[in-house]
Amino acid sequence: MTSRRDFVATTALAAGALAVGRPRDAAAHSAHTGLMPHVQQRMDAPTRDLLLLALDTAKRAGASYADVRIQRVQRNAVFTREKQILDVIDSDTMGCGIRALVDGCWGFAATPRLTNDGIARAANEAVATAKANRIARDKAVELAPNPAHPDATWSSGFTIDPFTISIEEKTTLALAANAAALSVPGVRFVNTQLQFVKEERNYANTDGSIIAQTLVRTYTPMAITAVSADRSDFAIRDAVVQPTGRGWESVLENDLPVNAKKWAEEAAEKLKAKSVEPGRYDLILHPSNLGLTLHESVAHPTELDRAYGYEANYAGTSFVAPPEKVLGTLKFGSPMMNIYGDRSQAGGCATVGYDDDGVKPEQFDIIKDGIVVDYQTTREQAMWLDWWYKKRNMPTRSHGCSYADSWDSVAFQRMPNVSIKPGAKDIGWNELIAATDKGIAIMGRGSYSIDQQRYNGQFGGALFYEVRGGKITGQLKDVAYQFRTTEFWGALDMLGGQKSYELYATFSDGKGQPGQSNAVTHGCVPTRHKQINVINTGRKA
Amino acid sequence: MSIILDPRAPRSLMADDVVISRADAQRVVESVVKLSKADAVQVVIRSSRTRNVRFAANQLSTAGVIEDTTLVVMSFIGRKHSAVTTNDLSPESIERTVRKAEAIARLAPDDAEMLPVLGQQNLADLSAAWDDATANLDAGSVTAAANTALGPARKGNTLTVAGFLVTGAEALAIGTSAGLFAYHRGTNANYTLTVRTADGTGSGWAGEDAPAWGALDFARVSAQAIEKAERSRNPVAIEPGRYTVILEPQAVGDLVGLMPRYFNARSADEGRSPFAKAGGGNKLGETIVNAMISLTSDPSNPMVMSRPFDGDGMPLTKQSWISNGTLSTMLVPRAWAARKNLTATGTPNNIILGGGSTSRDQMIAGTQRGILVTRLWYLRETDPRTMSYTGLTRDGTFLIENGKITKSIKNMRFNESPLFLLNNVEALGPVRRTATEGSGVQIMPILKARDFNFTSLSDAV
Repeated sequence: MTSRRDFVATTALAAGALAVGRPRDAAAHSAHTGLMPHVQQRMDAPTRDLLLLALDTAKRAGASYADVRIQRVQRNAVFTREKQILDVIDSDTMGCGIRALVDGCWGFAATPRLTNDGIARAANEAVATAKANRIARDKAVELAPNPAHPDATWSSGFTIDPFTISIEEKTTLALAANAAALSVPGVRFVNTQLQFVKEERNYANTDGSIIAQTLVRTYTPMAITAVSADRSDFAIRDAVVQPTGRGWESVLENDLPVNAKKWAEEAAEKLKAKSVEPGRYDLILHPSNLGLTLHESVAHPTELDRAYGYEANYAGTSFVAPPEKVLGTLKFGSPMMNIYGDRSQAGGCATVGYDDDGVKPEQFDIIKDGIVVDYQTTREQAMWLDWWYKKRNMPTRSHGCSYADSWDSVAFQRMPNVSIKPGAKDIGWNELIAATDKGIAIMGRGSYSIDQQRYNGQFGGALFYEVRGGKITGQLKDVAYQFRTTEFWGALDMLGGQKSYELYATFSDGKGQPGQSNAVTHGCVPTRHKQINVINTGRKA
Repeated sequence: MSIILDPRAPRSLMADDVVISRADAQRVVESVVKLSKADAVQVVIRSSRTRNVRFAANQLSTAGVIEDTTLVVMSFIGRKHSAVTTNDLSPESIERTVRKAEAIARLAPDDAEMLPVLGQQNLADLSAAWDDATANLDAGSVTAAANTALGPARKGNTLTVAGFLVTGAEALAIGTSAGLFAYHRGTNANYTLTVRTADGTGSGWAGEDAPAWGALDFARVSAQAIEKAERSRNPVAIEPGRYTVILEPQAVGDLVGLMPRYFNARSADEGRSPFAKAGGGNKLGETIVNAMISLTSDPSNPMVMSRPFDGDGMPLTKQSWISNGTLSTMLVPRAWAARKNLTATGTPNNIILGGGSTSRDQMIAGTQRGILVTRLWYLRETDPRTMSYTGLTRDGTFLIENGKITKSIKNMRFNESPLFLLNNVEALGPVRRTATEGSGVQIMPILKARDFNFTSLSDAV
């Protein structure tokens, strides 16, 4: 890993050229084409020594298992509105988090002091905390077996590191997007942000794994507001671009300055949209809308910690419980519903080479032909389903869902990329609309709310189109669909094929106490759900 | 008083100082100001240590100690500016951070609304916000507190507990090249507990939050959560619709706590807020809710004890947002104040809804038919024009008939605005500090209001 000292020595700053982060290499200037993906270097010796010191100290103090992360998280954000730059923010945090298991109890300590003394003190603190916890222990933690990955490296699939792009290039792009949006009559406000995250993760555990990884994530949200001439109403078009586990190349592909005009026109048109008549409609959900609904109603209730009550005090539990009664039997949705988890999915926001238990993730089924068959797990949790895996002749192993959002956070089960498998017929959005007599087609995420066991959901959207006789007849507003989860997924009667598969993502999904944030992708196709309850959310003051 | 406080217990093994001291913070500020070549510089130092324990499914799950200190350097050159953050406070890193902030600022486009950094301000001293025992709490004390819930739950086979205990110490210092230096340190302790019945039909929640660990009453939290869980077994469905509600302080905070962001004068003046006036301007001075309602912020309120300045170093004193139902102040950001010749208000970090003299029992006794709500969950805006939200009840929802709690009822989704709620209020009771974590201190009363809009049923327990 690059130390901050090295980081500075290699920056363009030191060379006199002004860029945020490292200088762009020659390849990055060649019109951003034909670039090779970033290649992860092996871990440097000083970082490795500190990791091993932490493990050794924890072991000597009495830990039966320990793992340690020395992690650096860099963030860069540009905030703009209309013709202004509101802020340019650059942050850099680095530190060490140590987790120790003593007599089946966890302890954790995190420190920014990356010295031998700082690391040793934190390791001792983690063990002392674990020991103190023994007075409250009931069952001992056991970890599912996992092969050691000595000297492993991995990098997410980015070709242009956003931290090599100058601040000028970033602000120019955002302001050009704003100008394009403001050129549309009726559009008065626009906010564009460029957000970039780079995680350099160095991990080691007492099983013998030593892993160096680099992850990049990119998100460029825009919100465009049209205000009526008499200022009595306004409409917002947002949710226009998906976050991604890729680099600057994805920003270039999204071409905000060109697309912003179209989105602004949609905002102006939304202002004139007719307010929806409440009732039952066939809903056609674009991947950009379905993603969040899938996230909340399918991905969260199939987190194993929730099913066993581990999130009862905050995020909630799950209706997909208890596992003993629902695995292999609970009918979650229609037989065309197939859901899988996969932290190795290319371009995913939750994609890693190795998770924070040192597990190499792979694709796994969660719902097969509408029936629940598995959960998202960590090494600790996989043991809870040992009986099920034995019954199915599957190895008891983690699905690689352990994640801590920074060096100062403790790793626990976080959502992998959870996606819906495309249908057999190669159809898409247009074919679903053409096949629908009376419906509403919805794009983009909007307001979203679901109960703590994920039974009752209410979701809005960014754009709502009235569908009559197989055609879009105009925009609607004030739309929210409200459902009982299994009925909603049971009403799934059409889904797009491979050609219509798109990656939806969310940049920050909250869970845990203390709260942690996880970025996650959901591969989706357009879906149709028959006769779903639609309410009108508009109200006059 | 807490039973879980042993003054002889060992302190953290990690570092000698819990958070950065005033003198050390001042030295860092001075060094940045000295190094700066920009026209102006603002320095923010945030330093914290927290200790936490989580338990769930009658097991202890995770526990830890986390410490960090971050430095933000904001450089201003002409009308350009930037902010660079690091958590490495070595002299070399400080210099590197200053140079990087200046380099980024030079590249940034001009900001037409850029403001000068603040000079020295007249700031209140709230040293009583700090409690040494809380700052230095040991692991054993926190685990012992968790055992007050885990122990009894494991004895019977009827209850499952999940809870979170967190204590923290935080210091924030802000300094500028124009002479500002503001420093505040405070402690906090928070305990929340969810108790579920083993048959999965009942769930109860309780929580407390205070500046000092010793002020938390673990037994009281346990008793309240257990009582709610037992009472909420086997809920029955009632028809959704408009009901009189009695919202306990936590539920009031969950909804009313969302209001401060809407007081922004700029959004209202720009025509995109519930307080925008048709034809332009805002609703300042107009009656917006029931005359019983007064909404204020006050860092020095003894129940609050929060930082007496905002993130820019603007002093925060008592501010009145709604006074007897009238919109009496709008939140004026510095940039908007400069453009419109208004007085900037600073950004508050606490919200206080004034209470009344009707007790919880009196509210229940005076209700023919209504619903008692413990807390709300997953609130999301559905219409920014009217401050409308959807969300659900959770962890203890009961039907009141003829002045008595008669049944546990299924949770319901609502679509409602805090403005409508405060307009329909019928009675206010005693206030307490809610256990909401991380969004500023809330002081809220128990409240009774008519016509709360429940729209669908949920099977969630």
